[in-house]
Amino acid sequence: MTNQNAVEARNVIKAFGQGTSAVRALDDVSVNIQRGEFFTLLGPSGCGKTTLLRLIAGFEMPSGGTILLEGTDITYLPPNQRPVNTVFQSYALFPHLSVAQNISFGLEMQGKPAAEVKARTDKMLALVQMEAMAGRKTSQLSGGQQQRVALARALAPQPKVLLLDEPLSALDYKLRKEMQIELKRLQHETGITFVFVTHDQEEALTMSDRVGVMSAGKLQQVGTPREIYTRPVNRFVASFIGETNFLPASVVPGGVKLGCGAVIAVEGLSGQGATTLTIRPEQVRLVDAAEAEAIPATVTNLVYFGTDTHCYLALPDGAEVVARLQSPSNGEVGLQQGQKVALRFVPGAAQVLAD
Amino acid sequence: MTMSPAEIERDKASTRNAWALSTPALILLTFAACGPLFIMLVYSFLTKGQYGNVIGTFSLDGWRSILTSEDIFDPGVTVWADAHLSIFWRSVKLSVLTTILTLAIGFPTAWFIATRPPKSRPLWLFLITIPFWTNLLIRTVAIFEVIRNEGVINTLLIWASVISAPLQITYTDTAVFIGMVYVYLPLMVLPLFASIDRFDMRLIEAAHDLYASRMAVLRRVILPIVRPGVIAGSILVFVPSLGAVVTPRILGGGKNMMIGNFIELQFGQGRNWPLGAALSMTLLVIVTVALLFYVRVSSRENAHG
Repeated sequence: MTNQNAVEARNVIKAFGQGTSAVRALDDVSVNIQRGEFFTLLGPSGCGKTTLLRLIAGFEMPSGGTILLEGTDITYLPPNQRPVNTVFQSYALFPHLSVAQNISFGLEMQGKPAAEVKARTDKMLALVQMEAMAGRKTSQLSGGQQQRVALARALAPQPKVLLLDEPLSALDYKLRKEMQIELKRLQHETGITFVFVTHDQEEALTMSDRVGVMSAGKLQQVGTPREIYTRPVNRFVASFIGETNFLPASVVPGGVKLGCGAVIAVEGLSGQGATTLTIRPEQVRLVDAAEAEAIPATVTNLVYFGTDTHCYLALPDGAEVVARLQSPSNGEVGLQQGQKVALRFVPGAAQVLAD
Repeated sequence: MTMSPAEIERDKASTRNAWALSTPALILLTFAACGPLFIMLVYSFLTKGQYGNVIGTFSLDGWRSILTSEDIFDPGVTVWADAHLSIFWRSVKLSVLTTILTLAIGFPTAWFIATRPPKSRPLWLFLITIPFWTNLLIRTVAIFEVIRNEGVINTLLIWASVISAPLQITYTDTAVFIGMVYVYLPLMVLPLFASIDRFDMRLIEAAHDLYASRMAVLRRVILPIVRPGVIAGSILVFVPSLGAVVTPRILGGGKNMMIGNFIELQFGQGRNWPLGAALSMTLLVIVTVALLFYVRVSSRENAHG
């Protein structure tokens, strides 16, 4: 069995600038990206996700650490010697070449025989459904078409890993949705490992096999979309992925005690003292005040989102909790501002976070 | 595609306006460019006067004496005018070499400027244009001071014991070459900069990512895209080089003439206006042919990709 890791980063550090003004874009990042998976690096701008991608591509050299490609050390190889290709955010298509010439560029540079270049280029044109545009200049293409050419160009040399640097950010919403599906299809058909960089959490959740959440140059959590959504390891991950409520709490036997006095059962608690409880808005239910574990609350605001209605609730101690309620067919949830209600958290959904 | 009558009318009106607006320039160009050219063309077919000037009788002597002359010892026998041919050859050779060297020096220079932070770019461009503030004659004399036998270079080399006797640089083709490269370098750098400035540097990463070596990136991506700048710079250097007068006269010392000096000579001491006129027309033809050839080659390569 050969190495299962397509890309392995070990303790990678990247500092920009020198001396005291040096900024660590990557601060001791280690990650294993498995062969054939769709791996997404997710984080806000400036978190270091693009820097990590550029280190894997070879456009930058790390200040420390090692990068392996299928077990081989590629840390200091120049980009043209790495079997890795990139789809750039700006596409970076060659303006002086036609669509077909753009796609065959990498193959020609590899010194492939002309017949193979032609055959592979035709195959790639078919794969991204651009056969009719083969002779066009890239400036005559729409954004979505340029995107397809950029994909075909990077896939043509059959790289071991395809790196995608926020490739969908320049497209409008509808096209972006289409391309998300298209990307998944391409990854499935080619079987190539995709490393995808985005700041869009929805994109990351819908497309990825696994997601690495980054912040401030550090990898905060790596896991399947389900894992990082339902079991965030810290406050950053919990707040960056989806929406959530944070409530100050203190550890008591069997659970945590909120500011209003209510005790919430949480399993696997360690330590004691002050902590933070997190609960997703869709895990907050409005219940009858007589029900066990019901916490009294007051409706402070209602915001209609179409399928959902966000209900802002104030607990007796003034803490705020948002509940996401499904909007009924007439759009009216039957609540008014100032109304006294009661809520409870879906059992097992609430979590205590390390900060 | 069909246009509505209103659209056609507006289209026509804008064409009329464009012509009206360019009329002053067209009139000026017609009189200032075509007028003198026409006079030269006529003069080249007239007989030379004793003290310069032309006599109004038709003659092909002007054109004939571009390439041939009468044998000194045997009047009536025409021989090839070797001196004239060597002047043509020197002019073309020096102009081509000047274009090549300014391109070789100018490209890295323009690249350097275009890759500076946007804030400092104007300063670099400003430095490039400083020589234009000074008269060409003065700049050429300054170069002369640098390369003459008792000049800076020779003094330094002798002082450093690299050579024992001064190098004879002035009054050679090399001196003219050095002078022309110095004088015309900014004309190469500026259009190259304009082209490179618009070049998307991310394409270098893209090409590098697609297995192109550094050389392949330059040859397959950078040069094809900045080609318009290379063409413009080459034309701006080659054309005035071919007609250069001041630089070859001062640095070549009147011995190593170029076409420009040769033409000047015919209207001065040579007192052969028809020959001077015919030479001017020849220069015009050489330049036109060279440009057509150059543009054709480069546009074909462009269409080729």
